[in-house]
Amino acid sequence: MGKIVALTGNDAAGTAMVQIKPDVVAAFPITPQTELMHKFADAVADGEVDTEFVLVESEHSAMSAAVGAAAAGARVMTATSANGFALMWEIVYIAASNRLPIVMTLVNRALSAPINIHCDHSDSMGGRDAGWIQIHSENSQEVYDNLIQGVKIAENKDVLLPVMVTSDGFILSHTLERMEILDEEDVHRFVGEYKPAHTLLDVDHPVTFGPLDLPDYYFEHKRQQVLAMEEARRVILEVGKEFEKLSGRGYGFLEEYQMEGAERAIVALGSTAGTVKQVVDALRERGERVGLIKLRVFRPFPKEELLEALREVKVVAIFDRSHSFGSFGGPLFTEVRSVLYGSDISVEVLNYIYGLGGRNISLEEIEGVFSDLQGVIERGGVKERINYLGVRE
Amino acid sequence: MALRLKELAQKKDLLSGGHRACAGCAGTTVIRQVLLAADVPVVAGCATGCMEVVTTIYPYTAWRIPFIHNAFENVASTISGVEAAYRALRKQGKIDREIKFIAFGGDGGTYDIGIQALSGAMERGHNMLYICYDNEAYMNTGIQRSGATPHGAATSTSPAGKKIPGKREFRKDLTSILAAHDIPYVAQAVPSHWRDLMGKVQKALSIDGPSFINILAPCPRGWRFKENESIEMARLAVETCFWPLFEVERRTWRLTYKPKEKRPITDWIGRQGRFRHLMKEENKHIIEELQANVDYKWEQLLKRCEG
Ligand SMILES: Cc1ncc(C[n+]2csc(CCOP(=O)(O)OP(=O)(O)O)c2C)c(N)n1
Ligand code: SF4
Ligand SMILES: [Mg+2]
Repeated sequence: MGKIVALTGNDAAGTAMVQIKPDVVAAFPITPQTELMHKFADAVADGEVDTEFVLVESEHSAMSAAVGAAAAGARVMTATSANGFALMWEIVYIAASNRLPIVMTLVNRALSAPINIHCDHSDSMGGRDAGWIQIHSENSQEVYDNLIQGVKIAENKDVLLPVMVTSDGFILSHTLERMEILDEEDVHRFVGEYKPAHTLLDVDHPVTFGPLDLPDYYFEHKRQQVLAMEEARRVILEVGKEFEKLSGRGYGFLEEYQMEGAERAIVALGSTAGTVKQVVDALRERGERVGLIKLRVFRPFPKEELLEALREVKVVAIFDRSHSFGSFGGPLFTEVRSVLYGSDISVEVLNYIYGLGGRNISLEEIEGVFSDLQGVIERGGVKERINYLGVRE
Repeated sequence: MALRLKELAQKKDLLSGGHRACAGCAGTTVIRQVLLAADVPVVAGCATGCMEVVTTIYPYTAWRIPFIHNAFENVASTISGVEAAYRALRKQGKIDREIKFIAFGGDGGTYDIGIQALSGAMERGHNMLYICYDNEAYMNTGIQRSGATPHGAATSTSPAGKKIPGKREFRKDLTSILAAHDIPYVAQAVPSHWRDLMGKVQKALSIDGPSFINILAPCPRGWRFKENESIEMARLAVETCFWPLFEVERRTWRLTYKPKEKRPITDWIGRQGRFRHLMKEENKHIIEELQANVDYKWEQLLKRCEG
């Protein structure tokens, strides 16, 4: 059986990595990811893992080395935040396009400028089109659980895509929480051995990775990435179920919280979902029909599941902790609205941009959003579609 | 393995023919010579650039060994990862063969955009040989100047204009920069002196730790000379002492070939279209500057080799 411990998000991620025992870890320090690396470095120094720990000179090289190691047939993990992720960018795409199942913890942090070390989702959202599976975490427990599942999802032979598990910077990464960790043997048995079909180290069967690919083939290769993402939908659910057998904690694409009979709902990612839950509980006590949809998987985007969850809802607020400047709403908002368009579901959709650069979001503000939504129902119309929550105008 | 032509001729080329390099390209000659020198299985990587582009157009590959291309600036970190994976899997008993790792990069991918990744990989001590095939410009993208382009040379971004006659800056001495990393083995080579080149590769591969060989790879397209003169262009670079052949083995500098008579730089540049404008009267001072620089670097090298 597992054991109950108190861990920060970074220690939870570090613990998952130590238990997974990847063959290679390549990383470079950046706040708020650093403690995660320290934790792993301690495990290397104490001989708890015999991972090759490659302390590269930049994040660009971290992802580059990860690509090389994964192509060589190793199980590879890394971690970064914001500017580090931005520096990797070019190779983030290359990792996915070469179908290399690298697993990365992205400890969310606002992108510069101005330089800021606190949480928002501009980093992970910027990488949404790179071809990575993207799994969000509400708390340390989920950071840990998602990483373990991430390895198994990524390496599935029908998927072979890299997986990014997010952890809200400071809010999760530096906050102690009660959680359960599994027995190491159970983790091993769960993730199994990684046996890729083609590797650089199979010198008797030489293969070429990363060739020049011109208009006569490139499109088909991109299409295969699309299909792999589709396969991932099934695999994410299978792995979630299997993980439930092991841990008692089941995982799907999203969590419907108090959605039974809800007329008003909030859709949120990451740690904010936990805060919203508290408000939902309080309002439900007062008999208000409110609920939360916590989106766990952002890529592949869970279209069907989201539509099903919104079927009975009258008005929904989409929470975006990042912005796409000049666009009509934040990235989660545009995505949700796009899947609703043409469906048989009629629900008013509002967008709330919040928490940029680590700006705190309060229970009162969330409650205020629910009253905004009530106003929409009563008025029968939307005043302001795109809203900025908690900013001084 | 002794480097006997007769035996080498029997060995299978690990880079096949049929690739798309220009006629007379010395870059592919360099790769073939390097791979021919290896006695154990090799895994190679190549930075974006001419050599990668001409050898791997999907669904074809000219590489008869495992090969990876990742991006332009990161072949050193990519091979770092491959080599780390090898150590990890070998430790676990999943691989029991001896395998060597070679990273190839052009001068752009090595002197310029990739110098950070290269420096990091060398400092970390990965067991890899890094080969820079230096054709003195960004050839793949249309002959733009690089940190390796010689002073005065005309390129697409340093053209021989009415006001500015070619590249104003001098090339950077990358081989010395690598020597300053205090890695076990650093050398310079050319494909015209194939025995010297292959001997250096063998030495580098026999060493445990990082090694670096900078190899001049004349490019008929970019330098503007006839396709059948590539090897001659390499030889003249050595005879003029523009590209001395030396090695730095565990901090000891040694010339591996000394020209009987140091020929003037004009013997080399006079044969290449990229320097044609220097022959005009008003540009003669540039040739003098070039010669002075060659002389300075040569004297500096001789002093280093004296110890
Ligand atoms: C990040 C990035 N910047 C620019 C390019 C475009 N590019 C591809 S190859 C190349 C030049 C390669 O020069 P070099 O390394 O000298 O190799 P050569 O083509 O001369 O053999 C450039 C500029 C790129 N692929 N990636
Ligand atoms: S442009 Fe030069 S380096 Fe490139 S393939 Fe042609 S000859 Fe070789
Ligand atoms: Mg070049």
